[in-house]
Amino acid sequence: MALNRPFAGLSDVSIPEDIPVEGDISVPMGANKRDDEYSTLDEPVKETILRDLRAVGNKFIHVLYPKRSSALLRDWDLWGPLLLCVTLALLLQGGAADSDDQGGPQFAEVFVVIWFGSIIITLNSKLLGGTISFFQSLCVLGYCILPLTVAMIVCRIVLVGGSGTVSFVVRLLVVTASFGWSTFASTAFLADSQPSNRKALVVYPVFLFYFIISWIILTFSKNTSFL
Amino acid sequence: MASPNDLQFQEFDEAADLLSADPEATTLSVSVTSTRAGGEDVKLDLTDEEEGEEESSELLGGQKSQGGFWTFEYYESLFNVDTVQVLDRVKGSVLPLPGRNFIKHYLRSNPDLYGPFWICVTLVFSVAISGNLSMFLTQMGNPAFHYRPQFHRVTIAAVIIFMYAWLVPVALWGFLTWRQSADRQVKGYSFLETVCVYGYSLFIYIPTSILWIIPFEWLRWMLILVAMVISGSVLVLTFWPAVRDEAKLIAVATVVAILLLHTLLAVGCKMYFFHSATSIPPPAAAATVSTLTTKQH
Repeated sequence: MALNRPFAGLSDVSIPEDIPVEGDISVPMGANKRDDEYSTLDEPVKETILRDLRAVGNKFIHVLYPKRSSALLRDWDLWGPLLLCVTLALLLQGGAADSDDQGGPQFAEVFVVIWFGSIIITLNSKLLGGTISFFQSLCVLGYCILPLTVAMIVCRIVLVGGSGTVSFVVRLLVVTASFGWSTFASTAFLADSQPSNRKALVVYPVFLFYFIISWIILTFSKNTSFL
Repeated sequence: MASPNDLQFQEFDEAADLLSADPEATTLSVSVTSTRAGGEDVKLDLTDEEEGEEESSELLGGQKSQGGFWTFEYYESLFNVDTVQVLDRVKGSVLPLPGRNFIKHYLRSNPDLYGPFWICVTLVFSVAISGNLSMFLTQMGNPAFHYRPQFHRVTIAAVIIFMYAWLVPVALWGFLTWRQSADRQVKGYSFLETVCVYGYSLFIYIPTSILWIIPFEWLRWMLILVAMVISGSVLVLTFWPAVRDEAKLIAVATVVAILLLHTLLAVGCKMYFFHSATSIPPPAAAATVSTLTTKQH
């Protein structure tokens, strides 16, 4: 075969001009499929919402069984903290003091305490030389409010039964346990990002933050006329 | 002395040899305190601390960022402390020894904002929570009493304490800088050092406010006296060297003003947050609280 004329054998092939050229061009299936995976615009809305809910639920499970995993840090999102913050603030309504200002925190106050508290703690840990990013830290601190929200639900249920000494002792135990759980969970996630000679400096504000939220939950007392 | 073919380090041997030969020589010990990525902090620890040698320790102070105050790095340099250092400064604020200037001895040109900020935050919440608890304990036996969390007190406490911890140092620093003459031996204190001293001096009030829950008036007054003495002496020991070159009247007036403001803060917090049982509640209270007062009268 001559090298400088590779298609020499085809020189006598001719295509009649009166036959139209037509046919189907089909691209192999693989390329199409790859495109579909990254485009979520066409999927049903239910699937979009469920995917986010599943991510949030997955992180809840990571908070409830805190191990040194990086799942919370890797795929951070702020839906979970928002959900928990709104739930907690709503549950703290209807307390003894909606009518006068000598009482418990208003909805906006709970929001401010949680979000500003998280922002200040995040800034603090970044200024002390932490390697965690801003939103990752907000995510962790927000998700670790989950045990306290559960404690709030339990407290409200207990308060339905009465507000005597026994109920107070039960509430105290529940809130203390969940406070310890929250602090332990968040330090399990945050502690690795700090240089070792400053760990206590970073953990103390987290402790204070959850202590204040626990105090707000513990001092919630229902107005007798509200149900 | 080792032969040139011997490739071992001889430095430590030499130092030990020199010292054993002349035990009376003054020694300098260099300690590397903290190592951050990209730099080292070397602080000279002088074995004999006289006032004249304090300037050299200032020269070799901690890392100061060259950025303006709007950059993040500037604030990072203000948080350049370790746990041990913070605890050390807190200890220094609680145990003031005469002759130990807080700024010179503990800060050593490395003022931090971590201590003052978090001490103020803790104090705000400890005062508000303890006040709430003490009110609860004094009214516990009263069946007409309805417990209220009084969350608005946190806002008031925060405003008072943060204003004290930031505005008073501004005023004091401005006054000292204005009065500082060019030929002064001791360099004036920087703004951050003043804020730092005030912040750490408030630490003693945190355990005091927790102990104020105990409902005995004489104990509360005793505690407040002890706290004011300790805290005030930290401030006086720090600022006396800065004003003692002034005319006597101005020096004394400055120190008295510092102590007076400090007293005002302590007593004001006590009076507002820790009502005794016979004090009159604010008029905006509900009907149950007014029946409470009629019962006690």
